[in-house]
Amino acid sequence: MNASAAQEPEGLNEKRLKTQGIREQRMLLSLATPAVLAIVAVVVIPVGWLFFLSFLGSDGQFSLEHYQKMIEYKSYARTFVTTFQVSILTTLICILIGYPLAYFLAMLPERLAGFFMLAVLLPFWTSLLVRTYAWLVLLQKNGILNDFAMSIDLWDSPLKLVHNLTGTLIGMAHIMLPFLVLPLYGSMKKIQRDLMHAAANLGASPVQAFWKIYFPMSLSGMVAGSLIVFVLCLGFYVTPAVLGGGRVVMVAMQITAILENQFDWGAASALGVVLLVATLVILFAATRLLKLDAALFGKH
Amino acid sequence: MSSQLDTQSSKPSTALPIHIQGLTKKYGAMYALDSVDLEVKSGEFLTLLGPSGSGKTTLLMAIAGFSRPDAGSIKFGDDEVILTPPHKRNVGMVFQSYALFPHMSVAENIAFPLKLRGVDSAEAAERVETALATVQLDGLGDRDIDQLSGGQRQRVALARAFVFRPRILLMDEPLSALDKKLREQMQIELKHLHEQLGVTTVYVTHDQREALTMSDRIVVINQGKLTQTDTPHNIYNHPANAFVADFIGESTMLPLKSDGAGKLFFLDHLIESNFKTDAARDWALVIRPERLFVAEKGATDSDKAIIFSGVVSEFVFQGETAFALLSINDQYKLAFRFGTDSSSSQNILQAGDQVSLGLNRSDIIIIPQEDET
Repeated sequence: MNASAAQEPEGLNEKRLKTQGIREQRMLLSLATPAVLAIVAVVVIPVGWLFFLSFLGSDGQFSLEHYQKMIEYKSYARTFVTTFQVSILTTLICILIGYPLAYFLAMLPERLAGFFMLAVLLPFWTSLLVRTYAWLVLLQKNGILNDFAMSIDLWDSPLKLVHNLTGTLIGMAHIMLPFLVLPLYGSMKKIQRDLMHAAANLGASPVQAFWKIYFPMSLSGMVAGSLIVFVLCLGFYVTPAVLGGGRVVMVAMQITAILENQFDWGAASALGVVLLVATLVILFAATRLLKLDAALFGKH
Repeated sequence: MSSQLDTQSSKPSTALPIHIQGLTKKYGAMYALDSVDLEVKSGEFLTLLGPSGSGKTTLLMAIAGFSRPDAGSIKFGDDEVILTPPHKRNVGMVFQSYALFPHMSVAENIAFPLKLRGVDSAEAAERVETALATVQLDGLGDRDIDQLSGGQRQRVALARAFVFRPRILLMDEPLSALDKKLREQMQIELKHLHEQLGVTTVYVTHDQREALTMSDRIVVINQGKLTQTDTPHNIYNHPANAFVADFIGESTMLPLKSDGAGKLFFLDHLIESNFKTDAARDWALVIRPERLFVAEKGATDSDKAIIFSGVVSEFVFQGETAFALLSINDQYKLAFRFGTDSSSSQNILQAGDQVSLGLNRSDIIIIPQEDET
């Protein structure tokens, strides 16, 4: 029968089966077309354009002057240090708050977890601007928090909770928290309860079982979530602008300032390019160091 | 904590008996365990057998310490452990899902309980090697868990459960994820391993054949109660009630009528002439299909055998055996199973045939008939 199939492929529909397979593949690919087009239109072209602009001097010729300026002027370096400082601190705060929260959610029965997850997600659906100004109202000198704390004699004079690094971190951590909790919760949910039972059965106390089994297995989700938070923080604008009160200058704010004050597309583009490259380098290093591809695709 | 765990002995530690008394666990209004009393003898292989939801896993989890009963006592030897947290119970356990730690290698998995007990790394490595050899996985210590087949994972889980020489070993349907051939092979291996280790073993399964193959004794559980506790031989040959007769092996149950004077009849066949009749109950005759034989045409009941006559209504060839249903009076169906060798009855049987089947009186099983279920 095999021999006859080789001799008469037409007779066993070989060609038509192949055509059908190819057609199905094409249809699947065509589903991705809108997304590919959108990415080209809103990412590849603008980024390429910025990249191009950053190498144009004020005379319209190719030049490295924007990059040289970034090395010469200390304010640029300071902005980058602040940006990374704020991003790292925000990520750490998110881990400190988010890990116990995700653990709590993962331990709850399905229904209750859904309810509490709503509490995590609800701020997610509220406008960023609204949440940021809400923090301003809460934290400012004569704000709700200071008034309340002073009325019960927790402290005597208003604490400076806003228009500084503290305010920026509070606001950013709040906004970033779901980005950490969601992937972390996902990886925790995948840890079978049997594994914890097995650890206990083999002689591990709850604390030992957590550190030797649970924590290493949740690490992938934590790393994925932390990277999302960190990268989002690097380019953050609204919250540090409102809650930092001009004292916390991050890259995105400096780019705006350059555009508004000097209308210098070249300089602004150069800043953007450096931030983009720095972000990519960090992501690449993290991927290499932590085998993040496994983390991001949920393989333990 | 390591002081509380048995670490030092280099020979297999002595097995411990388990005494369970009045163990009760309720989920809402339903009893998962209804005042269970059970003695597991030191070193025996005891199987908890029951349908899903019968309470067998709840019982095992209570012994391991993972589920908190509402009341009762569990003793390992003389020690009450009902309040002891699982990590201090020092029992080995093989989980249905194997529960191997995916971020550790095979050797690290097996060394895990040894490290927790403070066994020094040289001795631990040696014991891991021995354990791997015992489950025939020599040289696979460096593998990742996801590089192993289902059967290999099963063996790693087993090695990890006995490497720290627990005096009690628990197994929760450890073979259910394996295919049939491998499962049957592992049943024999587990049995040998148990003989080798001599550890008290409590094994949970819903597979009656597995239970019959491996156990010293079987406990049949249904609806949170222990229905019958006995050797495989007695469970099969002398089931205590309809549930056990039906759950273990194949059987046909025929209703019996009492004449009120100690005689039990099926239709006009005298089944038992000296039966201590409990007037309040009805009784049934249990017939194992493979214990019937084809009798000569025209044969009738004798001192030795009962002869049922009827028409073959169904005939199915199933490989090593064939299966037939004998219709008696168009009212009762009698299941009949026989070998398929060339000399066997299958060559003389056909659907529609008028046939006489014999049952030796020594194979008669009588059980109380149950009104409910």
